[in-house]
Amino acid sequence: MTNDKVIDVRDLVVGFGPRIVLDRVTFDVRRGEVFGFVGGSGSGKSVLLRTIIGLIPRRSGTIEVLGTRLDTATPEQRRGIERRWGVLFQQGALFSSLTVLQNVQFPMIEYLDLPQRLMDEMAAAKLDMVGLRKADHNKMPSELSGGMTKRVALARALALDPELVFLDEPTSGLDPISAGDFDALIKTLQETLGLTVFMITHDLQSLQTICDRVGALADGRVVAAGSIETMLDCDHPWVQSYFRGRRATALISQFAHTEP
Amino acid sequence: MTRPSLVARPGPSGIELAAAGAWTVAHARNLDGLIETTVRTTPADQPVTIDMHSVTALDTYGAWLIERLVRAREAGAGRAHLEGLPDRYRALYEEIQSTEREPTPPPPKRPSVLGYVTQLGEATVRFFHEFGAFAAMLGAVVLSLGRALTNPRSFRFTPTMHHLDRVGWQAVPIMLLITFLIGCIIAQQGFFHFRKFGADAYVVDMVGILVLREIGVLIVAIMMAGRSGSAYTAELGSMKMREEIDALRTMGRDPVDVLILPRIIALVIALPILTFLGSMAALYGGGLVAWAYGGMSPAIYIERLREAVSLTHFEVGMIKAPFMALVIGIVACTQGLAVKGSAESLGRETTASVVKSIFLVIVLDGLFAIFFASIDM
Repeated sequence: MTNDKVIDVRDLVVGFGPRIVLDRVTFDVRRGEVFGFVGGSGSGKSVLLRTIIGLIPRRSGTIEVLGTRLDTATPEQRRGIERRWGVLFQQGALFSSLTVLQNVQFPMIEYLDLPQRLMDEMAAAKLDMVGLRKADHNKMPSELSGGMTKRVALARALALDPELVFLDEPTSGLDPISAGDFDALIKTLQETLGLTVFMITHDLQSLQTICDRVGALADGRVVAAGSIETMLDCDHPWVQSYFRGRRATALISQFAHTEP
Repeated sequence: MTRPSLVARPGPSGIELAAAGAWTVAHARNLDGLIETTVRTTPADQPVTIDMHSVTALDTYGAWLIERLVRAREAGAGRAHLEGLPDRYRALYEEIQSTEREPTPPPPKRPSVLGYVTQLGEATVRFFHEFGAFAAMLGAVVLSLGRALTNPRSFRFTPTMHHLDRVGWQAVPIMLLITFLIGCIIAQQGFFHFRKFGADAYVVDMVGILVLREIGVLIVAIMMAGRSGSAYTAELGSMKMREEIDALRTMGRDPVDVLILPRIIALVIALPILTFLGSMAALYGGGLVAWAYGGMSPAIYIERLREAVSLTHFEVGMIKAPFMALVIGIVACTQGLAVKGSAESLGRETTASVVKSIFLVIVLDGLFAIFFASIDM
């Protein structure tokens, strides 16, 4: 059933000049799951995300998001799809000339025709859900700390209650407690809204606690995809060193003890 | 997706509200109306039960609007509770229910009557602050220059050459073109109007004195403020935004030494040279027009020019050039460092840099005119 696959990437090739960054990447993300992508620095994770959302042109292959091929879609179709996804950029990418509240309201103003009161309330509710204090709602992005910027960016990504959310390293730069809360929040929203989450992460804790499936990107290819157990069984050297490294082993054994 | 509805009917214990359909963002506008009507029409003293059995879809928008109804009831001493909320939406509703109840504090607004007075006061204070920043930057640059003179090895020669190439050498074509055209225009206007009372010969005096004393240096300085001053402000501003300047400071390097002094020295060297080249191009343009339009042969033009202008006129123009360069450089760097975090502030400071430096260049030109007049130059 094609409807089950929210993201369907086949034989995707992306390169810059003579350099091939992604070499025939194939994977899919199913409706309602949290799919985490791991890979070393510079392995092309962010390039993959940016290619899927259409910011970087691909050389060949097909990308289907929410049942629509974005390259052949009309501008209206594209706009329709973009309204159904939310993107959290690594650096937050908040609009620096708008306040926090206006940043979250921006997609609402662009896509919906709502009374100002409801937009104010919804933006406040979203910001509250991501754990931002009321006192910070009228601040400018340049006055926010790194963690607060992430939270506001997540609130903006969720502003339209999207079906699909792209998260580029959501917990990087957060302290472990906030990162845990952030993971829990993503999980809650994902469960309650039937949200599909595509995330790029380095955080082993989030991989274990919230990701249903994990994909590993190395040498420009998806070298493994599946549950954490699949990852542990994979014999690719990079995957081995990532999931069998000292930090990973400690976490995983701890995880195995707490899980029934 | 079915349109959402909210139907009120009297129940065994107070009013029963039956919600149905898709309570989602796509219908948020309708839902907002429904909730508002319900809040207004339902008597405040009766308990309310909201039946959620027939709700087919719920997202944060729908959940919030339900919650808004519940909160409105509770605020009005009435009671409200939810019934039959499908299990899959329970967590979502609880999440929304737990959100902060106080409204967001509105953004600070100043009283409208006093607004203009306040703004005027703020602008005045800001003017003095900016003057202070200008003076501080001038002082910092002089200090930095002093350090560079006492310890020449600390002076950054390579960046200075790089900036000299950018603001000097690469600016030559456009400066020549503009000043050449200005020279042509002055000569043409001169011939056109002076001819009426037979004063053709004095056009050369006008072109020569005007170009060498005023127009040459002024046009080049204004072009420089727009071309290089704005670039300095934007560069320093984006370095400030990305914490590069802070990084430099923590490494024990003074940004004035590393970034600002080379830029200002490059401007101070480049502007007199460009002024000289520009003045020559303007005189050349004037001569061309005199020959083609005024019917004056080049030999006569040069002869008249030799009689009309003295070295003094040339000196007056050239003496002004480095001071104007200094003003442009100081203003550009001060505004660059005044950039705050937002993209908007970068644009604002760049505009301010160009406007202020052009204004100050013209004010400085006026002061020089008074000065030279009083020393008979």
